[in-house]
Amino acid sequence: MPRIDFSPSIKTRPVYAALQSRGAAPALMLAEAEGAEALIELADADAAVMDRAHVIYIPGGSGHGARLKALAPKMYHESPSFDACLERYRKALGDAQMGTQLYLAGGEGALGRAMSEALAAGMPVEAIQTEHRGSIARRMQCVHCKGVTEGVTTDPFTCAHCGLTLFVRDHFSRRLGAFQGVCVDAETPGVVPAAQEIRP
Amino acid sequence: MSARMLRVAAVEPLTPLVTRFRFEDPEDRRLPLFSGGAHVVVEMPDADLLRRNAYSLISDPFDGSGYEIAVRREDTGRGGSRFMHTQVSAGDLLRVSEPVNLFALDLRARKHVMIAGGIGITPFLSQLKQLSRLQVPYELHYAARSRAEAAGLRLLNGAAHVHVHISEEGNRMDIGAILSGQPLGTHVYTCGPEGLIAGVEDAAARLGWPQGALHSEAFLSPPPGKPFEVTLARSGTTLTVGPHQSLLEAAEAAGVEIPWSCRGGACGQCESAVLDCHGRIEHNDHWLGEEDRNAQTKIMPCVSRFQGETLIIDR
Ligand code: FES
Repeated sequence: MPRIDFSPSIKTRPVYAALQSRGAAPALMLAEAEGAEALIELADADAAVMDRAHVIYIPGGSGHGARLKALAPKMYHESPSFDACLERYRKALGDAQMGTQLYLAGGEGALGRAMSEALAAGMPVEAIQTEHRGSIARRMQCVHCKGVTEGVTTDPFTCAHCGLTLFVRDHFSRRLGAFQGVCVDAETPGVVPAAQEIRP
Repeated sequence: MSARMLRVAAVEPLTPLVTRFRFEDPEDRRLPLFSGGAHVVVEMPDADLLRRNAYSLISDPFDGSGYEIAVRREDTGRGGSRFMHTQVSAGDLLRVSEPVNLFALDLRARKHVMIAGGIGITPFLSQLKQLSRLQVPYELHYAARSRAEAAGLRLLNGAAHVHVHISEEGNRMDIGAILSGQPLGTHVYTCGPEGLIAGVEDAAARLGWPQGALHSEAFLSPPPGKPFEVTLARSGTTLTVGPHQSLLEAAEAAGVEIPWSCRGGACGQCESAVLDCHGRIEHNDHWLGEEDRNAQTKIMPCVSRFQGETLIIDR
């Protein structure tokens, strides 16, 4: 799947470059769905990057597992969902040390969640690289009830927790790994613009 | 820079080379509190010369009853530390600036690793007091040539997590080993000679530490050098900077005020534009970037010198 060019936005909106090898340093890699291709390209550019890598892969219906495993990372684990691998991911972050590199690749929601977990574990921002592949569905936090709605693809959308109609902002919280959703009809209750597909 | 007259309340030799000075308000008023790693600038009226030297505070940041510093006598230095050791005694009044911190702890860190070389132990003494209140994990590695040099030993009072490396006793500090295996979120702070700071930076880079987790403070005092002439364009004066004087001090002696804070080439306050330069600026600071250095369009008068025909700065 080709890379997506996101349109320029406010500073807070994350931008995703291509993963760059930082050599044979201890590494933790998490890929979701099409994100596997980013790891494969990373290893093509520098095979040594896999020498001390712990790879966690969430296929999500895409079938890149065999190719990823063939890159012979030090450890390889496949998981049906982000939640299913959360304990493993947290343990790996807990065991990581200064100097460990984190490579993340996948859809916007997975990147946000993985990033937020890593920061909470004390991972320095400079040690984290993210490459976007696949879904542009967003993880949205409702600024009113604080509930997080996963996989948002329309703007506005309905908060899965409090039911307010929320406007999809580009304002991003690195700590939460989520964009901010703000009530769209607070001033004029009931006057809600038609929902549109969100664009990159 | 705001400063106040303080009374020297105590003078106590810690080792043959290092002496502790305690300052208090002459009317026993509380002094402003500070944060670990802060320094003050002490003014020393030495005959017709006014010296100003920066010293890290070693006392408790939360104790406003006094400020304490530890001064190492540098017999080959410019005379500031010798003045403190030979001319200052309890009861004297000296002007002391308010604390400034260019070496603060990053409070987002999960763990603090402090590496001190020789008299570079001083900023860590106040940081340790702050850390013990914050209850954050830390370790301190303190390297000195000999026990006689290790003035900090008397001030550490058996604080926990302190590792002492005395090279004379064959117990050298292994920087690579210190930086290996540190948990995520660790920040490292280095204070000491340039070689130690460079050593930590090299080891950290090799182990993949990000720049943002590294902090350092070099105790720079203005290096001596050949005398040189400088023209201060706005003030319309030309002066000679003596071999043991900094450009900043020469300007002050001539009555020209240049803003300053650290007087050690670290804070950027004294940055001055160079209007004309035929010769070579000896950039001794940690402030200017490579480009500015090479272009010779800026100079830090607190530490940098000049050799050549003409130097005209915008002061
Ligand atoms: S006074 Fe701080 S850099 Fe000169």
